[in-house]
Amino acid sequence: MKKRLPLSTGSEWTFELLEKYNQEIAKIAEEFGLDSYPNQIEVINSEQMMDAYASVGMPIGYSHWSYGKQFLNVERSYKRGQMGLAYEIVINSSPCIAYLMEENTITMQALVIAHACYGHNSFFKGNYLFRTWTDAESIIDYLVFAKNYISQCEERYGEANVEAIIDSCHAIMNNGVDRYKRPYPLSPVEEAERQKEREIYLQEQVNDLWRTIPLIEKDEEEGEKTRFPEEPQENLLYFIEKNAPLLEPWQREVVRIVRKIAQYFYPQRQTQVMNEGWACFWHYFILNTLYDRGLVTEGFMMEFMQSHSGVIYQPPYNSDYFSGVNPYTLGFHMMTDIRRICENPTDEDKQWFPDIAGSDWCKTLDFAMRNFKDESFILQYLSPHLIRELKLFAILDDDSRESIEVSAIHDDLGYQHIRETLSAQYNIGNREPNIQVYNVDVRGDRSLTLHHSRFNRRPLDQDDTVEVLKHIHRLWGFDVHLHSLEDTKIEQSFTCPVKDTDVAKQREIF
Amino acid sequence: MNYIIDRRLNSKKKSTVNRQRFFKRYRHHIKKAVSDAVDKRSITDMDKGEKISIPTKDINEPIFHHGEGGKNTRVLPGNDRFNTGDQISRPQGGSGQASGKGNASDSGKGEDDFVFQITQEEFLNFMFEDLELSNMVKRQLAGVDEFEIRRAGYTNEGSPGKVNIIRSLRSANSRRIALVGKKRRRLKELKSELKKLEEEEGENSERKLFLTQEMEELQGKIKRVPWIDDFDLKYNLHVKFPIPHSQAVMFCIMDVSGSMDQSTKDIAKRFFLLLYLFLQRNYEKIDVVFIRHHTSAKEVSEKNFFYDRETGGTIVSSALHLMDEILAERYPQSQWNIYGAQASDGDNWNDDSSTCYKLMTEKLLPKLQYYSYLEITSRKHQALWHAYEKVLEGFPQKFAMKQLENAADIYPVFRELFQKKTL
Repeated sequence: MKKRLPLSTGSEWTFELLEKYNQEIAKIAEEFGLDSYPNQIEVINSEQMMDAYASVGMPIGYSHWSYGKQFLNVERSYKRGQMGLAYEIVINSSPCIAYLMEENTITMQALVIAHACYGHNSFFKGNYLFRTWTDAESIIDYLVFAKNYISQCEERYGEANVEAIIDSCHAIMNNGVDRYKRPYPLSPVEEAERQKEREIYLQEQVNDLWRTIPLIEKDEEEGEKTRFPEEPQENLLYFIEKNAPLLEPWQREVVRIVRKIAQYFYPQRQTQVMNEGWACFWHYFILNTLYDRGLVTEGFMMEFMQSHSGVIYQPPYNSDYFSGVNPYTLGFHMMTDIRRICENPTDEDKQWFPDIAGSDWCKTLDFAMRNFKDESFILQYLSPHLIRELKLFAILDDDSRESIEVSAIHDDLGYQHIRETLSAQYNIGNREPNIQVYNVDVRGDRSLTLHHSRFNRRPLDQDDTVEVLKHIHRLWGFDVHLHSLEDTKIEQSFTCPVKDTDVAKQREIF
Repeated sequence: MNYIIDRRLNSKKKSTVNRQRFFKRYRHHIKKAVSDAVDKRSITDMDKGEKISIPTKDINEPIFHHGEGGKNTRVLPGNDRFNTGDQISRPQGGSGQASGKGNASDSGKGEDDFVFQITQEEFLNFMFEDLELSNMVKRQLAGVDEFEIRRAGYTNEGSPGKVNIIRSLRSANSRRIALVGKKRRRLKELKSELKKLEEEEGENSERKLFLTQEMEELQGKIKRVPWIDDFDLKYNLHVKFPIPHSQAVMFCIMDVSGSMDQSTKDIAKRFFLLLYLFLQRNYEKIDVVFIRHHTSAKEVSEKNFFYDRETGGTIVSSALHLMDEILAERYPQSQWNIYGAQASDGDNWNDDSSTCYKLMTEKLLPKLQYYSYLEITSRKHQALWHAYEKVLEGFPQKFAMKQLENAADIYPVFRELFQKKTL
């Protein structure tokens, strides 16, 4: 074993030390082929961390009361000591901004640098979803544009009016994402210039849709049969931005801003397990390598192991602390498991993973990181070994049956089932209700009809759906209907504003 | 390319705007919480921050999500007892193990209230929102403690640091013009005469000599005029200007006779404290005078005011007399905003109440901004109340009276007394 020449022995950090650690970590990251954006490491204090928290990870955000609520919440939990602040926040931008907290020890700082600046950072740069949906170069500029635009609107049209629109947009933010189309990348500099142009153009488009001048006969006959939109649309915010009849140009732009931000966060929602798993795997690997090279002390490793095991702890299902599968645990173990399969495959692994058993672990992991999202990643790589280790079991809760059934446990018969079920659990399409724009009554009362296609007979939550519809009504300006469909049968029906006759009438039509 | 940046000195209050937006949106909730808190609080921490709680449902940001029901599948870790095909009875009330109903975070029902802390400043803002002092504010030049330096033109004397260069040079320039103007003109004349003589080439050398001599003399004189002189120097003048500021004196008058027990005094004290805090926000300087009385009145310290207890009868007019004396002695009406608050359980020597009426209407009220009388009792009103009712008729703007029964009444009554009045 080499003679130890640790970079530091105390627990205090200094900027020189951060620099040194960062260099060593970067060296290791490069050796193992981590490709990342340049890093911008910012040291902040706890109060600034709370600010960063409250703005849901956007370094610059427009002003809105909901962020104030978030802040108060964080502040309270922090002051009561219920919650330690996260050690880091990392922002998917180029350069990749990572916040380190001033209170951390040097061990924690090193952990965070490895985790965020090389783990998350390389994930942002490599994963296909981020590559497709986000533009790390321009996001900061876009956020600045958004903030300025919204504060201009507030000056011109009043805070309350802007707030109302943003409230409504936030309500359907999760339904403001294109899941299948690739967005047209727009440079941020263009954005501001083209905004005015777009304003005028959009308004014209809308006017055309609601034109009252009679069309030629032929069109009208066809119009009776077709719906608008012709195909159901999943992106409610986009549909509203383009087609809502009564919105002012500035309101459309606000809708657009919220939609863009929703789109920016969409990949993060789909890759939580992978992203955290990847980052945990690498901080674990890098810090251990630092130790192997004699750059850190035993004390450093003890502290590191303690917080690492805290992060990846999975309370069992019957624990008081249980709140679902911990994405850090699952991700970290899956990544580690892939490496194990590559290096020391058992017969079982060879049978389940003929492609990767015995291959180069570095390349295999890199491939997995780049080409999957949580859902497909689990479906592809969750091994029987890991299922046994975590003692996973699947339950089926069907409200048409009297009791909950254990549908699979960690045995030969259950592996495949558990894998599929867990994968489905991370499918956003299953997790969130599938709601699409079905029709606009262009020739009648201009009402907007949405359809919810039920999955596994799961209904919409009654109270919140009513509230959300009010928001959609505010944006759309005319009546809004929502039908929850089991195949073609309407199970639930909502209308805003509420009229008794409306509900009855809609039922008859179907 | 890696940078490490120290951002610790950057501004911390990035969220302030959002926080304020939040307060604005939920001000009704917060106001109600503040008003409840005022009632519950002990006197000593009246001006601290407060924990506010708002029902989660009011603050909810709705999104589309699944409700309960349908077919749910879920994978859980840590299996310790189950086999495939086991049936688990559905947990009742959701508190049992492994309830597979959607995501835990999805259900907003049954959660605790949203609780947060507001600061002292914010607390007082909400507490005194919409309240005003009913009766104007006198601004007076009081004392010598506060001045403001103002510009007051220019002066010929001053310290070098305050030299006004433009003024100084301007005055130097005009002095020079004044002193040498005539001489230059003469010099010019001489010059042209000399030139003429030279052109004529005459034998006029005597004259020439004379002219040259005079010219030299003049040039010497011009040269001797200094470019800048002591008395050219001008200085900026600053003067101290006394700032008028508002000041108020508040008289707390309380009956301490045997009939006032500690809880009654406590209520009175809370009211005085509210009044004090409120005045403090409106005036820069506040004096508080504590007068307690039974059969005779005495000015006392705050501590004695609230915690001493004596027995004896009650003569309210003694306190009013004393107040009048103190006013005459220390608080000239022209300089002070005078407020009075009196708390009593309504007991008084019967024939004293008419004296009170006289004192109030003739001596005190004309000098006061506002006087409030609180009767802390649940019994029937006595003579004092009726006497004051008559006062109220005469001075509806300046005088107010209310009855309090318990601590919960304090804040509402206070708000009522100082409600913004639309004329």
